[in-house]
Amino acid sequence: MAWVTLKQREAPALLRRRVQWLLAATALVFLPVVARLWYLQVLHGEEMRLLAENNRIRLHRVQATRGTVVDRYGRVVIDSRPSFDAVFVPEDAEDVAATVENLATLLGLNSAELRALVGKKGRRPFQETVVKRDLSFEEVAAVETHQWDLPGVSLQITPRRSYPHGPLLAHLTGYVGEVGPDELKQNDTYRMGDMIGKSGLERGWEHYLRGIDGGQQVEVDSLGRRLRVLNEVAEVPGHTVKLTIDLDLQQAAHRALGDRDGSVVVIDPRNGEILAMVSHPSFDPNVFARGIRSAEWRALITDRSRPLMNRAIQGQYPPGSTFKFIVAAAALEEGVINPFTRVFCPGGMAFGNHYFRCWRKGGHGSVNVHEALVQSCDTFFYQVAQRLGVDVIAAYARKFGLGAPTGVALEHEKGGTIPDAGWKLRRFRQPWYAGETLSVAIGQGYVTATPLQMANAVGMLATGRRFRPHFVLQVESPEGEVVAREEPEEVARLDVRATTLKQIRDALRDVVETDRGTGKKARLRGIAVAGKTGTAQVVKLGKDRSRPDRLPRHQRDHAWFVAYAPADDPEVAVAAIVEHADGGGGQVAAPLVRDVLSAYFALAQERQQRNYAQDRSAVDRAL
Amino acid sequence: MLKIDRRLIAHFDWPLLLAVLLLLAVGLVTVLSATHTEEKLVSGLFWRQLSWVALGLVALCAVLPFDYHVLKRWGWVFYVFTLILLILVVFVGTIAGGARRWISVAGFSMQPSEFAKLAVIIMTASFLHHRVSEDRLHWRPALVALGIAALPAALILKQPDLGTAMVVLSVGVLLLLVAGLSLRWVAAAILIAVPVFPYVWQHLKPYQQRRLLMFLDPERDPLGNGYHIIQSKIAIGSGMWGGKGLFRGTQYRLNFLPEQHTDFIFSVFAEEWGFVGACVLLGLYLFLLYRCWVAIHRARDAFGVLLAFGVTTMIFLQVLVNVMMAAGALPVVGVTLPFLSYGGSSLLACMMGIGLLLNISMRRFTF
Repeated sequence: MAWVTLKQREAPALLRRRVQWLLAATALVFLPVVARLWYLQVLHGEEMRLLAENNRIRLHRVQATRGTVVDRYGRVVIDSRPSFDAVFVPEDAEDVAATVENLATLLGLNSAELRALVGKKGRRPFQETVVKRDLSFEEVAAVETHQWDLPGVSLQITPRRSYPHGPLLAHLTGYVGEVGPDELKQNDTYRMGDMIGKSGLERGWEHYLRGIDGGQQVEVDSLGRRLRVLNEVAEVPGHTVKLTIDLDLQQAAHRALGDRDGSVVVIDPRNGEILAMVSHPSFDPNVFARGIRSAEWRALITDRSRPLMNRAIQGQYPPGSTFKFIVAAAALEEGVINPFTRVFCPGGMAFGNHYFRCWRKGGHGSVNVHEALVQSCDTFFYQVAQRLGVDVIAAYARKFGLGAPTGVALEHEKGGTIPDAGWKLRRFRQPWYAGETLSVAIGQGYVTATPLQMANAVGMLATGRRFRPHFVLQVESPEGEVVAREEPEEVARLDVRATTLKQIRDALRDVVETDRGTGKKARLRGIAVAGKTGTAQVVKLGKDRSRPDRLPRHQRDHAWFVAYAPADDPEVAVAAIVEHADGGGGQVAAPLVRDVLSAYFALAQERQQRNYAQDRSAVDRAL
Repeated sequence: MLKIDRRLIAHFDWPLLLAVLLLLAVGLVTVLSATHTEEKLVSGLFWRQLSWVALGLVALCAVLPFDYHVLKRWGWVFYVFTLILLILVVFVGTIAGGARRWISVAGFSMQPSEFAKLAVIIMTASFLHHRVSEDRLHWRPALVALGIAALPAALILKQPDLGTAMVVLSVGVLLLLVAGLSLRWVAAAILIAVPVFPYVWQHLKPYQQRRLLMFLDPERDPLGNGYHIIQSKIAIGSGMWGGKGLFRGTQYRLNFLPEQHTDFIFSVFAEEWGFVGACVLLGLYLFLLYRCWVAIHRARDAFGVLLAFGVTTMIFLQVLVNVMMAAGALPVVGVTLPFLSYGGSSLLACMMGIGLLLNISMRRFTF
């Protein structure tokens, strides 16, 4: 024990002296604890017991109002409105069964379902069960007047999602619904019965839109009626999301499509902003906000016309002749043709043991690339495609953004298909046949694209640049502060010679601006439009296409038109498709796009004039 | 090697063990009461707690045979091991109730922060014991010792578990004070912290500010802690003089208390046994404190005193904070009530601490 120095021996005694004081202090701290218990249990015991027996302190959550969604000019697209919900606290009812019966008859509910709802496991004691959401005025009055027959039942005002434009933008906005079990597991800040974004913008921007719930501690009487609010935390409403969509233009596009199935997409090719995105048929998101009934849901998902599908990003259609501007660009750029190369079109061409027809029975005669685009001559492109080969065509199609999702922030976007030899081997374990390249040249066969991709592609032709399409401009806090802004994201530049671009652009302009052009019905007074028609075959060759009205509806061709304008200074790009149309792209889709474009320019002019007038009046005032 | 010295048995502190066993029994009955339902009297939680108690007794016994002096040399292994576990929690921890605190090992989930308390006590004691002197502690060892506590405390704070982090840090600081840290230094530290605080505050994110305010003033959170405090106060108060009787409590049964079998078990007890019962329970703790004091007095060396004092501090800080929290006199921070709260890690740590006290107490003549 040599290591134990004298100091070490003394140390414990020293430490003990210091420790003693601290332990004494600890023992003394027990006194205030006892005092506190005395205060609670003896002095205030009676009232505490009363509170305990009546369970008078209730917790009442105040749901945050979801953020508003506005269009690019601040007009409301999605809003919230107050809704009266009937809630029931079984603990406050003397006779739960009788109250449930009364409630069922009063509100026209199925009493068996209501019993199951009220008896549901996992409910905290004294927690309110929402019996029926969004009561009508009569129902509110009924609950109010029968208050005495309905102990434990009360009315609660909650914000309810409202989509004032109904189906107009449903595919983009998506909808909200009651939070599901999986979502609850993933995020413990949600409670049963909360509303959560289920699809589209509502889902993708949930984080911004949701807001922060508030709440109250409420003292209630023995019947469960609120006496006073003890404590309160204010709710924080969700952020406002401003879209790139122009509501007027959206309406115009919607009107132009009418009740035909199809899609119209309008983008700004200079930054990728989606100005309008129509998909028809649509659905009413308000139905989801109030709680969709299973019959309604079944009707929606079994509808043959698939109203839930967003055709703009999920509809994969053969692009037909709209694809030709890409093939033409490839051919000029790769040097397999020059602007003067001529092909004779007698109305089709034999290849192998098959005759590939041109859409015009009589043929186009001798055409160069310009005329072939303007008149959409199939034979010319059959010839060119042979020289290019499918792999080169596919490579150019991909440059224009086809064959892959655009990356727009909506779930389930489809990428379309751009076939090449490798793709076919992987997909079908079969080699590529030269004849198939001919179908690809006119946008048929395996080629498919979505309307958004086509709008993007024609926009890229117009500007030489391609952006990731987006539909949110910015997010603003409830105080009006911009908390997030979506900047344009350039994803590709077109590495094609200027002369090639000019050739194609001139041709597309003549598609609309000359009388021989297939797209002349898209012509606009005062503004030059460049575009390309397309008629996509749904059923393979061999049918008589001269009388579309004789074909069964689902076998009729799709009508396409893609365009940008003004032709010499593009600021808007459009793609439109009408499914199973009563005519080709030139007859059906071109005039539709004309209506959309004319609306666009009319609106632009109107805005300019209004701004001018405002500026003028400002100047007048200043003077 | 393991010679049983008769003196070890003779000097065993039976009253201390008895006090702990009584507290464990009270805990088991209260957990049973807090978790029983009308359909099922004995819940799975009760059986699990029973097995934890058994395991705790085994852990207590496991700490007895070896001479606690080996901890002087090997204590750091335990310390480093818990540090590694605390870091692991950050990466592979299981989330429950919004905090990442648990590690699952072979179906058992353990809470390393509970063991960190013990590790800090052992490590600080073995670092400080030969630096104790009549004069004041030098600032350099004082800083090292503070670091020993601050490192795990910071990791625990990250989980986030403010209560346990505060306990760890407080235990470290109190050990330092006992070892001779000048009160002037403490005063100086506070003086420095006060002007720095507003600066730090400004640099906190709004949600962090909110959370801190919530800790300090639970009424700001009427839906969460504030509500729980009210309900806990009602539970305790409604016990009145004699309590409502075993299994007759109403507050907890209706799930008004969120963690009625862990952090708020005192409320359950006080509701059923009233003021008299609560005082008896506090008396039992006071007796335990007395036996801790005896153990500290029996320690023959500085290491023993520091170790015993550290364990005592750990247990009583938790008792005081937990009861005051349940009574609504302190913010809700999530500290367990030693020997009573449901939960394995906390119970094991406390039992090992008691084992150390017994160990120190029975070896008072081995020099």
